[in-house]
Amino acid sequence: MKSRFRPVLAVAASAFAFAAAAPAFAGKTLDAVKQRGTVKCGVTNGVAGFSAPDTQGNWSGLDVDTCRAIAAAVLGDAKKVDFVPLNSQQRFSALQAGEIDILARNTTWTLTRDASLGFNFTTITYYDGQGFLVPKKLKLTSAKQLKNATICTQSGTTNEKNVSDYFRAQNIPVKTVVFESFEASFKAFFSGRCQAFTTDASALAGLRNKEAPNPDDYVILPELISKEPLAPLVRRGDDEWFAIAKWVPNALIEAEEFGVTQANADDLKANSKDPAQQRLVGTGEDLGKLLGLDKDWSFRAIKAVGNYGEMFERNVGPKSVLKLPRGSNNLWSKGGLIYAPPVR
Amino acid sequence: MSRQASRRGAWLAWIVQALLVLAVLAGAVWVMNHALEVLRSRGVRSGFDFLTEPAGFSISEGWLDFDASQPFWRAFLAGLINTVRAAVPAAVFAIVLGTLIGIGRLAPHVLLRGICTAYVEVLRNVPLLVQLLMLAFAMANLLPDPTEPVRLLPGVWLSNGGLSVPWPASGDGGWWPTHFEWPEKGDFGVSGGAALSPEYVTIVAGLSFYSAAFVAEIVRAGILSVSQGQVLAGQALGLTPGQQLRIVILPQALRVIVPSLTNQLLSLTKNSSLAVAVGYPELVSVANTTIGSNGRAFECIAIIMAVYLLLSLLISFGMNRYNARVALRGWQ
Repeated sequence: MKSRFRPVLAVAASAFAFAAAAPAFAGKTLDAVKQRGTVKCGVTNGVAGFSAPDTQGNWSGLDVDTCRAIAAAVLGDAKKVDFVPLNSQQRFSALQAGEIDILARNTTWTLTRDASLGFNFTTITYYDGQGFLVPKKLKLTSAKQLKNATICTQSGTTNEKNVSDYFRAQNIPVKTVVFESFEASFKAFFSGRCQAFTTDASALAGLRNKEAPNPDDYVILPELISKEPLAPLVRRGDDEWFAIAKWVPNALIEAEEFGVTQANADDLKANSKDPAQQRLVGTGEDLGKLLGLDKDWSFRAIKAVGNYGEMFERNVGPKSVLKLPRGSNNLWSKGGLIYAPPVR
Repeated sequence: MSRQASRRGAWLAWIVQALLVLAVLAGAVWVMNHALEVLRSRGVRSGFDFLTEPAGFSISEGWLDFDASQPFWRAFLAGLINTVRAAVPAAVFAIVLGTLIGIGRLAPHVLLRGICTAYVEVLRNVPLLVQLLMLAFAMANLLPDPTEPVRLLPGVWLSNGGLSVPWPASGDGGWWPTHFEWPEKGDFGVSGGAALSPEYVTIVAGLSFYSAAFVAEIVRAGILSVSQGQVLAGQALGLTPGQQLRIVILPQALRVIVPSLTNQLLSLTKNSSLAVAVGYPELVSVANTTIGSNGRAFECIAIIMAVYLLLSLLISFGMNRYNARVALRGWQ
């Protein structure tokens, strides 16, 4: 009789062994990245200005540059990034499961996401707000005139909930039609299915300028109905990697503040006497070793993508298709919100 | 003596099977618990407690009234009802259309046969998602504005704002419908009747057209399985071709048709989850939105799986009962 139960016990024992061996990630991301030789960076399927591939498959955008800067700081080569396109529903599971090292996918920092999904948000790289795009022919001047309107948006985003909150608070009935993909949602809007389209204002500008049949037929309403601070995020439990993901963007912001650019970084490395600049170009005290990196970590990041202002200008600013003003995303010292704790 | 023994054997078999089912269920529960445990250890909140919290998003259409202050479980219920709302009409249309095309594929007329064959080959060989996206595109871009709708039939108006059809309404405000309300064209588009959204029309039409191609093949196979002698006998009795089909062939063909049709209805129901791509708020769409707002991916996927499993088992059960009725009675 005893022997009959033996296989059952064996199965149960191995099952408990499996249960006990829950994979641990703590402190391992930097080692894994170095061993693999690439940073795995979760991005969008294509949102102009933030992360979008060109026809040759080269990624560009503000989020893309953040990942490239981290790769330059950690691996010494900004090209050593594997971009993993994720839709808005997949993004969090991909980071939780360890498929990516960092999620830089214009993701809004919220309490729910921060406190309940097992993530740490790093440095805010763009201050956004949710707005509305409407056809000019409707002659609307305010979002409050959208009574009984049908509004197209993408599912799985903060946008969907913000719209519901905003119009409930205003007691204005509206109908939202949600699509799984960003593309399907804006195409439905441009074909006339909805009277308004809503997403983050930065993306609205890109849509209007790039995707609209005729950009002049559409206007962005003045209201921003939410705060959308966009920040890259990493898994909880790996403080070393969290620090790197946080301080590389901080260094790029400080580089703008102290006038270190992609072009003058080499020159400053050789000649600068300013301690703040020296720390950024790797000739001051060695801050890299505190992050588990070498002395030139921030120098390489700046050389790879430029300082924050250059990143902004190239990807979403006047030199890009989005043509967004600096606005809230200017340095704190110039009236904006971009502020990095000191790199020292 | 021997009878008693076999009876005991049957009991034993029951007990063993019950234990096996219990073991499988226990295993499933354990795997689930383990997964939740791992998530918790990584600092991820998990569990189904969120279902009673307010959802915070709205659902654009459906039979169940839903607003953002209601809890998540009700959103899932509304999504499930929307799945049924799309799948049931699609199944009815697919069976009717599929039967006609299946019969058409065996018609003596070359042109009719050719059209039906072409329909089947095109529709069943292009992925459903592609067809749905094409339909959505056509609805949005090729149809006129809601202010200038096309009249398909008396009282049926189609525009890129959707489809308006006559709908039963009660004159005295009671439960029981007393008359049909007919949609009418006014200055601001069509009013009255039932207004079906373009998303709903897309998913129902897409599912119907696609599944009809498969149903057609099933019906054709069923008809061909009836022996030629039966048809000849029908002719000898002086039945018209229509009567032969209705009285002689179809009742016998059903025996072959029903089991395959069950499969088709199951896949139609599951395929309705593709509606999420064209903006129709069914179960998967609600789950996606929920995942986006609170990140409970594991739990939401588990709910989707359980619900589709339940739906499929219900359909199987119903179709098996029907199959038992149409099956050949004889030696068992």
